[in-house]
Amino acid sequence: MQIYLDHNATTPLRPEVLEAVTQCLRDEFGNPSSPHGRGASARALLERARRQVAECLGAESDEITFTAGATEANNMALYASVRRAGLGKAHVVTSSVEHPSIEEPLADLESGGCRVTRVPVNADGRLDPDAVKAALEPETILVSVLWANNETGVIQPVEDIATFVKERGILFHTDATQALGKIVVDARRVPFDLLSASGHKLNAPKGVGFLYQRSPLKLEPHLRGGPQERRRRGGTENLASAVGLGVACELARREVAERAHTYATLRDRLWKGIEQVVPRVRRNGSAEHCLPNTLNVEFEGTPGDILLEALDLEGVCVSAGAACASGSIEPSHVLSAMGHTPEQARGSLRFSVGYGVDAEQIDRVLALLPARVERARSAGLS
Amino acid sequence: MSRTVVAMSGGVDSSVAAALLAQAGREVVGITMNLAGSRSRCCSLEDADDARRVAETLGIPFYVANYGDAFRSEVMEAFADSYLAGETPIPCVSCNQRFKFDHLLQRAAALDADAVATGHYARIDSDPATGKRRLRVAVDLAKDQTYFLFGLTQAQLANAMFPLGELTKDAVRERARELGLATAEKPESQEICFVPDGDYAAVVEKIRPGAAPGSGEIVDGQGRVLGTHSGIHHFTVGQRRGLGVSAATPLYVTEVDAVHNRIVVGNVQALERSGARVQRINWISGDAPKQPIHAKVRIRYRHAGASARIVPETDTAARVEFDSPVRAVTPGQAAVFYADDVVLGGGWIAGAIR
Repeated sequence: MQIYLDHNATTPLRPEVLEAVTQCLRDEFGNPSSPHGRGASARALLERARRQVAECLGAESDEITFTAGATEANNMALYASVRRAGLGKAHVVTSSVEHPSIEEPLADLESGGCRVTRVPVNADGRLDPDAVKAALEPETILVSVLWANNETGVIQPVEDIATFVKERGILFHTDATQALGKIVVDARRVPFDLLSASGHKLNAPKGVGFLYQRSPLKLEPHLRGGPQERRRRGGTENLASAVGLGVACELARREVAERAHTYATLRDRLWKGIEQVVPRVRRNGSAEHCLPNTLNVEFEGTPGDILLEALDLEGVCVSAGAACASGSIEPSHVLSAMGHTPEQARGSLRFSVGYGVDAEQIDRVLALLPARVERARSAGLS
Repeated sequence: MSRTVVAMSGGVDSSVAAALLAQAGREVVGITMNLAGSRSRCCSLEDADDARRVAETLGIPFYVANYGDAFRSEVMEAFADSYLAGETPIPCVSCNQRFKFDHLLQRAAALDADAVATGHYARIDSDPATGKRRLRVAVDLAKDQTYFLFGLTQAQLANAMFPLGELTKDAVRERARELGLATAEKPESQEICFVPDGDYAAVVEKIRPGAAPGSGEIVDGQGRVLGTHSGIHHFTVGQRRGLGVSAATPLYVTEVDAVHNRIVVGNVQALERSGARVQRINWISGDAPKQPIHAKVRIRYRHAGASARIVPETDTAARVEFDSPVRAVTPGQAAVFYADDVVLGGGWIAGAIR
């Protein structure tokens, strides 16, 4: 039996989501833009999904634009914000531990003349709000900080940062892909202007996500080609997936507190168990400011990629570093940014729990780990 | 059920090796070693994809393991340094030894596997007299790869498997077709993997920027200057083309003299040498002979072999005295010793004996 502890990579569909998506694919083939009855019922489904997403965020429906995922939403937020100010005149502040879907667009904008400041994180993986404040310049038009890190689960002080960024009249964007559904993400409490998220990280299908834009902000569309999404994103909507995302967001809104508790209990059981059964381990990143489902552990002197394979051969799915194009594993840039050596980064594995994980599975992993860590350690970090 | 790791390069040979073991009921784990690293735009990406497709067809677990940094320091830099020292290196030997039967064997042990299998054409058996492992030439003589495997120790041979040793290349392709493997018709790679276009000198300059000594003299056997060369790393012993020197009879490189930054040329007879000094020898049995022995010695991959007397000087060094002179004894290449179809051992040619 497979034990899936990689919910920060992607998640299984919730049965409620699968049901809604299947029903939509089967019964609702209409184009939401069509004026006839077929179109109208499709449009109604789309708008209900939009409301569900908005309610989950404490936002209004017209602030939500469906995209093909968080990568598209991040690209749209960055390119449109910078273009609005003028490429050569814009300055953007971000962190040193962003996802590639932030880092790569920014590098591209930089090559076009935009200036970017990457504020380093401390050894716990956290940003100092004062350091972000100090990085602001008269030309700063955007601050983009991920809410919670995908690799370490470390939660950034987005509320503090968003508040003073907003006071300076600068746009604040956050990639909340990992946070949404695991902790409370509320537009009424945190004054973010732009927020990206993805369906498949919260038990909805792959290929759908959204960008939140605080009203009355209306960025230029990233994809042009039609009046869909109030001219914010051209192209016929991915209706069934949006419906799935809507249901997933509704579940997340109702369950977030309970989930946080369940996940944290499982995660803590895993960490306490690892500390007991495996020598020379260390938890990476702040334990205090961490997503309830995420555990990043350094197994000292252990090739994490080999340990991942050894666990996989027993049906246990975890994550190590970042996969390159060929599928081999590169040491994590996030852990490097936290001051970890390449050896420490290579020895680190991420365990992320979620829907369907139970205590029995955690105990099974704890039973498998010691021998596999020991064998991987003998292989060494060559 | 015993678990076996198969080094899958993305070629037809290792694909069939994996298939044969899986069919024999072994639990097979396919691993592609990414040696080029993520920085390279080398062939590795497509090859890993090919290997992955084969693993999917066979229904076996498959991983890509990153050894880019180690490959650069242990193989590529040694390759460049060898060229800059006037040698003609053969990096595939140390790659096999260090990566497939050292790094990958360690990885296999960590995965609770008891063996590493590859798609090499070679055979392993036991010496009926001593019980020791023997490395033997493949049934398909044209494809035999024992020349690259002389460095294997008893411990490595005990954990190595060559499932193709009894098969011909044609039979291997036929099996691949029968199994519908994606690599069945894939052409063979003949080049050194990190020198895909055959331009060795450019690769040397890229690995060790600024280290090439630059131009120097081309001289004949008497030291007369015949021309200039653009760097000794452009030349190898036995080379005829690209000298830029005209003469009545064809001229060959007879020596690459790194100390004086000179290329020595001569006619075909001047290429002949009576022997070779061989160092860093691995005797596969684990014991160096106490007395001189007679064996067939291959001094390059495609060399048919020459009869010779091997005079051990230490456990890891020997003089090889050919029964009759041999052309183009090239420092940096391997000298591999055979008794019939059994590989006795081999080492690295440090110099020719005139």
